[in-house]
Amino acid sequence: MEQYDISVIVNGQKVRRRVSARQHLIDFLRLDLSLTGSHLGCEHGVCGACTIRVNGIAVRGCLMLAVQADGATVDTIEGLSDSGAIAELQDAFHKHNALQCGFCTSGMLATAAELIERHPDANREAIRAYISGNYCRCTGYHSIVDAIASVLEARRGHRSAGGAA
Amino acid sequence: MSSSPTVSFFDRPNSYIGRTVPRPNARKLLQGRGTFVDDIVLPRMAHVVFVRSPHAHARIVSIDRTAAQEMPGVIAVVTGAELAKVITPWVGVLTHMKGLKSAPQHAIAIERACWQGEAVAAVVAESRAEAEDAAEAVVVEWEELAPVVDMETALNSDTPVIHPDLGDNLAFRRELVTGDVDAAFASADVIVEQVFHTGRHTGVCLEPRAVLADYQPADGKLTAYQATQAPHMIQNLLAKHLNLNETDVRVVCKDVGGSFGIKVHIYPDEMATAALSVLLKRPVKFIADRLESFVTDIHARDHRIKGRIALKQDGEILAFEIDDRTGIGPYSVYPRTSAVEANQVVNLVGGPYKHNAYRAATEVVFQNKTGTCQYRAVGHPIACAVTEGLVDLAAQKIGMDPAEIRRRNLIPDDAYPYVGLAGLPYENLSHHASLNKLLALMDYDRLRAEQSELRKRGIYRGIGLASFIEVTNPSAAFYGIGGARISSQDGCTIRLDPTGTIICATGVTEQGQGTEAIIAQIAATAVGVTMEKVRVITGDTDATPYGGGTWASRGAGIGGEAALQAGKALRNNILQVAAAMLQSAPEKFDIREGIVVDADSGAERLPLEEIGRVVYFRPDTLPKGIQPEFVVTRHYVQKDYPFVFTNGIQGCYLEVDTETGFVTILKHWCVEDCGTIINPQLVDEQIRGGVVQGIGGALYEECIYDDRGQLVNGSMIDYLVPMAGEMPDIVVGHVISPTASSELGAKGAGEAGTAGAPAAVMNAINDALQPFDVRLAAQPFTPERILTALGKVGSGKTRV
Repeated sequence: MEQYDISVIVNGQKVRRRVSARQHLIDFLRLDLSLTGSHLGCEHGVCGACTIRVNGIAVRGCLMLAVQADGATVDTIEGLSDSGAIAELQDAFHKHNALQCGFCTSGMLATAAELIERHPDANREAIRAYISGNYCRCTGYHSIVDAIASVLEARRGHRSAGGAA
Repeated sequence: MSSSPTVSFFDRPNSYIGRTVPRPNARKLLQGRGTFVDDIVLPRMAHVVFVRSPHAHARIVSIDRTAAQEMPGVIAVVTGAELAKVITPWVGVLTHMKGLKSAPQHAIAIERACWQGEAVAAVVAESRAEAEDAAEAVVVEWEELAPVVDMETALNSDTPVIHPDLGDNLAFRRELVTGDVDAAFASADVIVEQVFHTGRHTGVCLEPRAVLADYQPADGKLTAYQATQAPHMIQNLLAKHLNLNETDVRVVCKDVGGSFGIKVHIYPDEMATAALSVLLKRPVKFIADRLESFVTDIHARDHRIKGRIALKQDGEILAFEIDDRTGIGPYSVYPRTSAVEANQVVNLVGGPYKHNAYRAATEVVFQNKTGTCQYRAVGHPIACAVTEGLVDLAAQKIGMDPAEIRRRNLIPDDAYPYVGLAGLPYENLSHHASLNKLLALMDYDRLRAEQSELRKRGIYRGIGLASFIEVTNPSAAFYGIGGARISSQDGCTIRLDPTGTIICATGVTEQGQGTEAIIAQIAATAVGVTMEKVRVITGDTDATPYGGGTWASRGAGIGGEAALQAGKALRNNILQVAAAMLQSAPEKFDIREGIVVDADSGAERLPLEEIGRVVYFRPDTLPKGIQPEFVVTRHYVQKDYPFVFTNGIQGCYLEVDTETGFVTILKHWCVEDCGTIINPQLVDEQIRGGVVQGIGGALYEECIYDDRGQLVNGSMIDYLVPMAGEMPDIVVGHVISPTASSELGAKGAGEAGTAGAPAAVMNAINDALQPFDVRLAAQPFTPERILTALGKVGSGKTRV
């Protein structure tokens, strides 16, 4: 099995490892780095449970190889939590019970974080469309849409209040 | 019982009953810091991957593992015959399902595979990837056998018998006749009939099935970290089939990534994993991958039902009649059996309505497909689709509005107690209050006006209603009387720690419903502490009282009542000690927000921390004769009824694009009655999640098999489930009729959404398509089926 040395910044820390050419990024994170917050739901790029951020973009961890992350910056749910980057979303998800079993949640939050950055004016329909690549079998999505919408609303309120001041 | 003042626990000063409280255990999940089975790593842990049958039915001629055994990291390649030396086979029958039969099933197939996906060899290696590599190198020589695929022909004389020892492919048959059915149909003004199909589908838990079995040969103890709803059931089954002492088996169930009934069974590959740990004397982990999940997780709902309804011209329903058939795979699934779903269909058809005669027959047949068993709302969505489909068809025939025919026939709210025609008692249902509330929430008349206006412009919208009844809080009638060691009782142990914190250990389990939150709310209320002072322990057979777990909508009703009684008892014990310390009588005091107060004035007297300090560290200062008992256990079992029925009604408003066949659900409503509501948000979320799973069955989800018994859409790409973009906002309303069978008064809520949603969607689609004089009754209602019904595409092999 071909092996490669890679260097990746994971959750702000530089990590050097030797990995198999075939190892998926998500397996590297879960197995080699014990970052088990990203979950494997399908391993064929559909369910979104393994969604992480690579160079700031939401990516399916099961559709990328670890060697492809060489030189990249990778953020997982653990890092996004500790940095406070998604604290608003986490609080809103908690308040709206926008999670039940929690298996999809890490990926859902990564997608939602990207939505909030890119589409600050998204309405419910746009939120639904944006998170349509992330399965949730528990909630029926309504509460997730509520949670994301509430963060966007709060930010818009903040923005317009700031603008008026 | 209580010697303290009579207090309603629902309006105590710091009651959490009826309050939305964020789930305390959600924080870790929001940070990705839960503990799912695949997150657990043990020293010397090995990984198992199964070699599975590519055929629906085939004889194993030989298994050549020489190449596989030489591959890197491989520890063992084990066949069914070898594994059978450490684990015994099972037969999935229950004695109260009269006549139910099945064949012995092995953890790994021996000689013959009976469905595509059945494990025929296990490859254990140091890593999952190495095990997968080696599994590909195992060479199995097969002799294909004729598969039984079509349930309709499964009992024909020219169809092969899957298990010759059983004589035929019939697993179970039940017939039920109540009242004079023939006379009812003879006296009817109108009789309508319809054949319904509910598509075979599956649960698709986002976390696949998972077990990590850790056998310690020195002391003969087995720990199974398992994603399950029923830890004590798993404990019993592992011990029984591995010939271990039951108390030497510990089942630990930390976070579970969705269950929905999929994880309430024990599967052959899970049994095999435990057996491999015993055989190899080291921890073995099995995590199903998504593709094997589709062919090994239980399927459900594969029914064909011929239904008839008799009624008078004025809309009075006289009788229902059904002829049901279901295909369940090659074995009745262990230990809950594959007959329960059909049995429930018989129990539930016609359930919400007054009528005098009912005839039902069901036949449960074997076939060479993945096994079917209990999936969320077992049988309910099938019975509801048949009942509500027939009622709507009848309404259309006599020209009556669907809301009006329900108003005329739903069992009156003052008619209780009432015994349904299947012989099951209903304690106190609220069909009419629910209907009225639903129509108001929907603004039904306005929707009808809008529908009619849009129809003139070629926009086809439909409104669908579906009343339902739901089985919750089951007694021992479900499994215990049939010989299964699945507990219908549950217990809760609560202890007060020196810091004034209470620790609750409960036999009911958490898979995201919010079990731990509601147990904490009830215990906090009963004892008199704040939520911050409660910890809940679930999912560990070594640490919790013996119990059934969470299924059949029993967590709140059964587990919650045990927590209430344990909390009240602990509160009394605390008050007795407090009274002794304060040199007064217990009834003079109450506990509020963790402080013993004067019951009358509310004046603060003693914080629980102080009582804890004295009791645990300075008991010498307590009066003589006082022995504090700060660990209390109480149990509860529901004995008043076979099941505590709930009820509700759903409404769906949707648009059918008659050019593309696409259905857009615009909005969905559900009014339900689960009795006492502990946490309104959690109930609403159970309803919403359940509705969406029901919509999945109605519009998208189907396990499609070809005529060789091959599942042709067994991946997430091909098997569609509801995604956020297609789902509507869901409005939830409540009517509250507490059950008198417990002090808490809570009934279940977890399955109501799934029970009624498919019928509401079906009725809405047919309502939308009324101008075209077509009727769809085969789920899922795909664009292809809708266009076929409309005559816009050829019929092909599609059921319409």
